[in-house]
This record gives sequence, structure tokens and C-alpha cells, in this order.
Amino acid sequence: MKKTGAQILCETLIKEGVEIVFGIPGGSTLPIYDTLPQYPQLRHILFRHEQGAAHAADGYARVSNKAGVCFATSGPGATNLVTGIANAYMDSSPLVCITGQVGRPFIGKDAFQETDISAITLPITKYNYLVTETEKLSTTIREAFHIAQTGRPGPVVIDIPKDVQQEEVEFNYPEKIDLPGYKIVSRVHAVQIKKAAKLIGVARKPVIIAGRGVVLSGAYDELKEFAEKAQVPVVTTLLGLGSFPQNHILNFDWLGMHGMVHANMAVQNADVIIAIGMRFDDRATADTKKFAQHAKVIHIDIDPAEIGKNVPVDVPIVGDIKNVLRAINKEIETKEHVDWISLIGEWRYEHQSLKIVESEGLLPDYVIQQIYKETYGNATIVTGVGQHQMWAAQHYVYNKPNTLIMSGGLGTMGFELPAAIGVNIGCPKEAVWCIAGDGSIQMTIQELATIRQENLPVKIAIINNGYLGLVRQWQELFYNRSYVGVKLWNPDFVAIAKAYDIPGIKVTHREDVVPAIQKAIDNPGPFLIDFMVEPESNVYPIIPPGERLDKSLEIPPMETINKSKVMSYGKRSK
Amino acid sequence: MEKDPSNKKHILVALVEDKPGVLARVASLFRRRGFNIQSLAVGHCEHAHLSRMTIVTKGRFLDIEQVRKQLDKLINVVRVTDITDRSMVARELALIKVNATAATRNEIIQIVDIFRANIVDVSINTLTVEATGDESKLESLLDLLRRFGIKEISRTGKIAMARQ
Ligand SMILES: Cc1ncc(C[n+]2csc(CCOP(=O)(O)OP(=O)(O)O)c2C)c(N)n1
Ligand SMILES: [Mg+2]
Repeated sequence: MKKTGAQILCETLIKEGVEIVFGIPGGSTLPIYDTLPQYPQLRHILFRHEQGAAHAADGYARVSNKAGVCFATSGPGATNLVTGIANAYMDSSPLVCITGQVGRPFIGKDAFQETDISAITLPITKYNYLVTETEKLSTTIREAFHIAQTGRPGPVVIDIPKDVQQEEVEFNYPEKIDLPGYKIVSRVHAVQIKKAAKLIGVARKPVIIAGRGVVLSGAYDELKEFAEKAQVPVVTTLLGLGSFPQNHILNFDWLGMHGMVHANMAVQNADVIIAIGMRFDDRATADTKKFAQHAKVIHIDIDPAEIGKNVPVDVPIVGDIKNVLRAINKEIETKEHVDWISLIGEWRYEHQSLKIVESEGLLPDYVIQQIYKETYGNATIVTGVGQHQMWAAQHYVYNKPNTLIMSGGLGTMGFELPAAIGVNIGCPKEAVWCIAGDGSIQMTIQELATIRQENLPVKIAIINNGYLGLVRQWQELFYNRSYVGVKLWNPDFVAIAKAYDIPGIKVTHREDVVPAIQKAIDNPGPFLIDFMVEPESNVYPIIPPGERLDKSLEIPPMETINKSKVMSYGKRSK
Repeated sequence: MEKDPSNKKHILVALVEDKPGVLARVASLFRRRGFNIQSLAVGHCEHAHLSRMTIVTKGRFLDIEQVRKQLDKLINVVRVTDITDRSMVARELALIKVNATAATRNEIIQIVDIFRANIVDVSINTLTVEATGDESKLESLLDLLRRFGIKEISRTGKIAMARQ
């Protein structure tokens, strides 16, 4: 039967299980939008900026375990997606982005709203396509979903010229796709498993570092079984939070630049590291050259190119984490590491990374802790990028996978609000709290309109310190407290919310924190709280740039909190 | 991991899909990861819809291994092997346009004969030589021809194949 390209697109999307598309229409996607009403199974959520649509699709993908789909028009629509695509690429999030393109006869002529989005997105996509034959459209879409969702997930762009959308061709749903160069390791390498088991068997100070790969593979039970059977303490990466219950006795929190001192010390002093679905990002390892120098490293990852990329590896195991851990669990023997585990426990006691300073003022970490208490730890937390992100990671407790959604690899300010929309649509039954920065949220604040239009019960907590706080902190500690370009003049965020018909409240005193949170929870729809926190609070611990993993600066004692006395690392940094 | 101080030349042979944009993807990957390409030659091969690419690059073993894995990860790359340490056949073709006068012409022709190269074009004051061989052969030929004055050189870059 003959169908137009636009119909073929919609029908193939439906066959791929797509229910939601995030997007904004334009000249070169008009035929697609004109076709949408024929397919009520596809719900379109209208955004105010394509970056928002991409982050929403990303948030949706992370919680729903299937690809997020977005639509954008050619030229500026497509280029507005770029930050969202790069973000998804760095955090291995499956996206399928459909962009309109000028008609085939106009390609290469610098036609109105023509940009070469395939070339632009080449290094930030897992793969991308320009569809030049309508006959190949449905095969292309099927391939795109397969590539985006399997192996190490990632974003795929499909650029569809307007005349392809309009052209009528015979439509046969492709039953098979053929990707000769696309390899996913499915078999578990028995020899490597034996080697790993042997090393784990002789380890005296082993540590597991669990990353987002564990979540992507759905290997929580396997990880738990592994840690418990071999009695190995577990430390996670920032994006690995939730891959192992944080209230588990073997959990020792997360490592890295703003990670816990005891977690960093455990890793630095380990004799065997079992790195699972993580990629030794420099924010996690600090100085890679001095990273855990005495440890043998077992690295489990589905992406062979991650092995040995940043840190030398002794036992590489390529494969899906779930399968690999199952095999390892069969191979290893029950062990005990009482002394080692209690040593890390002592470090945790001696270095209270998260003690809250007594203060009359409104401290940001206090706010996060109260949100944790009032939501009983059951909310999904979505953050922006900055100090508030680190406080949210530190002071909420993550016991389940996908309860903390953040931009890890790219560190994209403006991620929080649109991603929270996607998260809410992906799991409407869970409470969603968007922990926003006063700087960060302003990069995508227009999506308040999307929240209102769709009436989504997203709770927004702005950690308003009047600064681009994380940058200010660096200037304070490493650039002699010379503040340049970090002081924010801010609008009245409650008034802004009101303009979008979203109720809100401003909180300036400690005692008003809990009532405000309760008010937000009791309100059935969206709600915004503007927390006017202490402007110059810092995130501790922090590893100064270029330092070793176990060289965190810890929260200074009370008397030095006075800013003029805080030691300056200015001369030591780069 | 074995120590490897050397910045050695490596030959990677890749079987790639014969599709538009594949070359751009390979080139983009080398650029992005900070690796240089000394030469790259590509053409059809024994499989329909596939091409064989020979890439010559230089670096430490671990870095080259990383490039190889990144290349292998490209969806259009079916297979890639580092054949540097294997027994192989490697050839390159060069076209060399060299100045020739009545006085030098014979000497040039003798040199070309010794190297089993061919004269493929003649003009009043130049000869164009076609030579194939491994790198050292081409370099020696060029060295000998240089004193006559070389006007133009065009080289294909190496193509290579493992023996087994
Ligand atoms: C798009 C983008 N631009 C710039 C930065 C650099 N940057 C990192 S954190 C930060 C400050 C964020 O300020 P705010 O949202 O107020 O959060 P705070 O640190 O104050 O909690 C900046 C500017 C970034 N990560 N992303
Ligand atoms: Mg701020």
C-alpha cells in the first residue's frame, strides 16, 4: 500500500513502541505535523525551545528504559537540539531525534533554514542518517532505534528532507535490518571471568566502583549478590548513585571531586578495584596518573573502547554487566573482609564529609535534607548543574535506580527543568522534585509554560544563592577570591511562576522550609519554591584541581568559615 | 600493560561499508581523538558493498589500540586489524614528474629501469615516472631523481594486506 514518508515515519515509530514525542514544529516538518492527527497513539508534547525537548526526551529515556524521541525543524530547530544531543551522548542515553531538512533539490544550495545537521552532530551521536530515498525511511528508523537502545545506548539523529516526508511510496514494514559493522558483545568470556574471580578471591582490600552502566544494564540484583557474597564494599560514581542501595551496610557512598572522603580513601587504598559500568572520568578519579596506584583493576563494560582508555586495566571483561555479574557470582566464593570494611567505616566516622554547620541562616544542604525527609526519600530528584547538584547528590539518599537524574558527563546547566518534565511523563506515578540552580534554571526557564500546558505536577526547588555558585567557589578557593562574572541579578522567581500560572512561595528563614515543602506536596499540580539560601556556602569535600583522589579539602572548622580567612589555593592551582 | 616508549608507525586495515559519509566519520574520529593520519587509501574490495581502507598512523601501542577500538566502534566499520607486526605485503604507487634535458634523459631512463618503474609520459623537458613498491624503494628512487629537479610528486599512500 502506498503511504507518504510522514505516514511511514509515524507508523514505524508506533511499531517501535513510541507513545510520546517531544518537539517543536517548523517549515520543514509541516508534513509530519500534518500527519500526526491520523495517529492519536502518538502524543506530542510541545516545548518552548528544542534544547528543552531534547533534555525531556533524555529524562524520559532514563526512567522509562526506552528511547526518547524528539522532533525539530531544519536549521535553527536542529541546531537548538545540539546541546541536548551532546548531553545524551556523554551520559549514554538513548535518543532518536527526527529533524526536518530542506527538500532534496535544495540540499547544498544554502537554502532557507538549511544546515548540515549530520555533519554538526557527527561527533556527538552514536550514529546519524540523512534519508535520501523514501523507500529506505522505515528501515532507517528501525536501525536507528536498534542502535540507540542496544549495546551502550546513545543518541541517533535522522534528518528527513521535506520532499521525502511528502513523497508516496509502497510501504512494506521491514522485518529485518542488516548492520554488518554493528557489534554487540553478547557472549561472556569464560577465561576472563576465571581471572577476575581469582583476583577477587585473593583480594584483601577490594572495592567495587559501580557506575551508570549498572543501571543501564538493570543489574542491581546481580550487583547486590556479588557485593554480599564476596563482601566487597561498594562505592558509586555520581551517575551510579542508585545502582546499589545507599542504606546497605556495604555502601560507602560516592567518589570523586565532591565525593565522600571515605569513598575516595577506600578506592585510593584498595588492592583490587572492580569497576563496573563506569569510565574513569577525571571528575571521578582526580589525577588519573596517581589514581589507586597499588590496585589491580578489573574493568567490566559493554564498550570495548572504554577499557584502558583512561586507566590501565589488569582484567578487562567486555559484555553486558548483568550477564557478566551472573557469571562472576557463580565463579566466586563467599568471603569476609571485616577489617577492611571496618577501616572504611572508621574513615567515614573520622571524616564527617557532610556535617552541617550550625547556622542561623538558611543553608542549602539543610534544604535538601528536609526535602528528603518530607518526601520520605521516595521522590525522583532531577538537578541542574552547579553546587545545588552536588548538595542534592550528597544530602538525599538514593536507594533505588533512576531516582537521581542529572547531567553528569557534559555538566549541562539548564538540564533540570525540561528533564524533570520528561521524567514526570516517563513515570507519572512517582513524585518528581526538580532541584534547580538560580543560574541553571534560567537557561531553560521557558519550559514552565510546557509544565503548565501539560499540567504536570513537577515540584521545583530553586537553591537561590544569587551566584553562579560553583564557579564562585572556584574563584574563592583557587583564584584568590576574585569574583568575576558570577554575581547574578535575579528576577522574582515566584512572580515568574505566577506569570506562568504556577503557584509558588519564597522561603528566607529556616523555620519556613518544612511548611513550604509540605505546601508543595499538598498542592496537586506544579509548585515552585524559591529558597533564598546563604550566598557563599561552599560544597565540601572538594579535591583541588590536579590533586590526588585522597587529597580532598574538607569542610573548614567553624572559625575559618569567615570568608576572609578561608585558605586560598590560588597559588597552587594551574 | 607492556611498556612501550616508541612512537612507532602502525598500519591499520579496515573493512568498511561502501556508503557516503564513511570517510568523513573515520577522518572525524582521528581528528577528535587527536591522532594524525599519515596516509589513507581506500577502494573497492572482494565483497560487494564493502571497501578496504589502509590507514598509516603513528603512536604508542596503547594509543593505537585505543584508535583501533574507536574505529571498530563506528557502525560502518565491519572489521579493523592492526597488521603492523604481521607478515604482510605493502605497496604504494607514485607518479613523479622530473625535469629532463637531452643530456640527462638517458641517465633518468636507466635509473627508472633499475627500479623496475615505468615512463608513462614524455614532454620536451620532462619525464613522468610511475613507480610502485614499498616505502624505502620509493624513497631511494626519489633520492636519485632529485638532482635532476622534481617538478611534481603524487603518491597514493600505502595499501597493505596481511599474508595469512
Ligand atoms: C551551559 C553551561 N554554561 C556554563 C557552565 C559552567 N558552570 C558550571 S556550574 C555553573 C554555576 C551554576 O550556577 P547555579 O545554577 O546558580 O548553581 P549553583 O552553583 O549556584 O548552585 C556554571 C556557570 C555550565 N556547566 N553549563
Ligand atoms: Mg546559584
